[in-house]
Amino acid sequence: MASSPDLLVVTGLGKTFGPGTHQKEVLRDVHFHVGYNDSLAIVGPSGCGKTTLLLMAAGLLPPTTGEIHLEGESIQGPSRKMAVVFQAYGLFPWKRVAENILLGAQFQKLHVSQEALTAIKRELDIENLDHLYPHQLSGGQRQRVALARAMLLRPSLLLLDEPFAALDLITREHLQDHLLILFKKRKFSFVIVTHNIEEAVFLGRRIVIMDPETHGIGEIIDNPNAGTTGFRTAPDYFSKNMTLRHLIEHPHEKQPLA
Amino acid sequence: MKNSRWLDYALTIIVLTILWYGASLLLGSQLLPDPLSVLGRLLHAVREEIFWEHTAVSAWRLAAALALAFMTAVPFGLVLGSNERLDRIFAPLIYLSYPIPKIVLLPIILMLFGLGDLGKIILISLIIFFQLLITTRDAVRSLDREVVYALQSLGGNRWHFYRHVVWPVALPGIFTSLRISTGTAVAVLFFVESISTSRGLGLYLIDAWGRADYTTMFVGIIALSAIGIVLYEAFDVMERRLCAWKNR
Repeated sequence: MASSPDLLVVTGLGKTFGPGTHQKEVLRDVHFHVGYNDSLAIVGPSGCGKTTLLLMAAGLLPPTTGEIHLEGESIQGPSRKMAVVFQAYGLFPWKRVAENILLGAQFQKLHVSQEALTAIKRELDIENLDHLYPHQLSGGQRQRVALARAMLLRPSLLLLDEPFAALDLITREHLQDHLLILFKKRKFSFVIVTHNIEEAVFLGRRIVIMDPETHGIGEIIDNPNAGTTGFRTAPDYFSKNMTLRHLIEHPHEKQPLA
Repeated sequence: MKNSRWLDYALTIIVLTILWYGASLLLGSQLLPDPLSVLGRLLHAVREEIFWEHTAVSAWRLAAALALAFMTAVPFGLVLGSNERLDRIFAPLIYLSYPIPKIVLLPIILMLFGLGDLGKIILISLIIFFQLLITTRDAVRSLDREVVYALQSLGGNRWHFYRHVVWPVALPGIFTSLRISTGTAVAVLFFVESISTSRGLGLYLIDAWGRADYTTMFVGIIALSAIGIVLYEAFDVMERRLCAWKNR
């Protein structure tokens, strides 16, 4: 695995919950990889195991079968090379914004310079929120704080679990742009789980479509022009949206890619 | 906010005093002394050293019992709430022993720990222990899974988990439980001080009752209530300071 050119390699991953006769298979034989400075979107309907897949990739949930390797090393638990952004923000309600942002760095004993802190706050437009508690922020601000907290850990891989699902369309697009600006500037890779087709097409250079019937991957689409803020108005964006929608709605019918 | 709180207290005291005065007129001051006589006796009592001795002993027993219950029930509740396996082991024991009226254990506890302060403190703390334990455990159980994942993904270890997640999650519930426990603790304190003791407001009150000195008895009631109110307010102030994130 050490010679692999990929940052993340997921092989034969499966997950079954529950004991004995109450077992429920959520994922079966999932394979994918993520390169350096690459982006991958995992899309599928609710309950198809997307979040479970992401939690396993993050080392937060042990897989029943299969393996995950990050830069050639087997993932057995949370890794310092990864950071996670959660759907419900994952902020600590009892800590102010300033404390929330620095928490990961504090746990990992990472030195964060004042310049680095100011820079990430400026990039994410959260400069004047330090003294506030998460409940005093809007949904968009909360997710920007969560992104800042993750970015301060300087991860090689950022895992995002439906991070913008609870936000209105304008805020969501604004945050997607923020993510791509960070992606371009800071040279990390990211995997985003979403049920939103437009989001998957806009952000994922490859799109993994989950198949709820087989509990595995239905299709993987190459989408090389994604991952730039201008892509939203490109003709390819619209055709990819149509293709993805068709593949999700008719999972077992082959469709030539646009 | 703070001023209106004191204003509420003052208004409540005024209304209660008026009602008390009315009831005293109806029942006769032999049976229910009027508030002005009680106030006069109270002002006299506070100049006597013995009254403060009784008050200090009661306050010490109450504070020690609450502290003992806190130091034993809270860590146990934090661990049970965050450890499903341990919780499953201890749950039957807790469910079985929670409904037992611990006050009936008084003779056993006095036999084991003596007639002094220790026995009384242990009985009071035993009674509030379960309430505090269950509230703490349930507060931790209500923990959002995503916050735990967030902590782990940030590199938090077991100590960080207790320090930065479990403790702050449980704290508001702990304070609620402590406030409720204060009332129970004062009631049990009165009971344990009414037997086998030479100091304490319970004795002060029972002694006055035995002498049919109802005015002094009411001084004892007011003093016991005041200790309860002070403790209740202290927990309230601590909660507002330590759980500022809850003040929406």
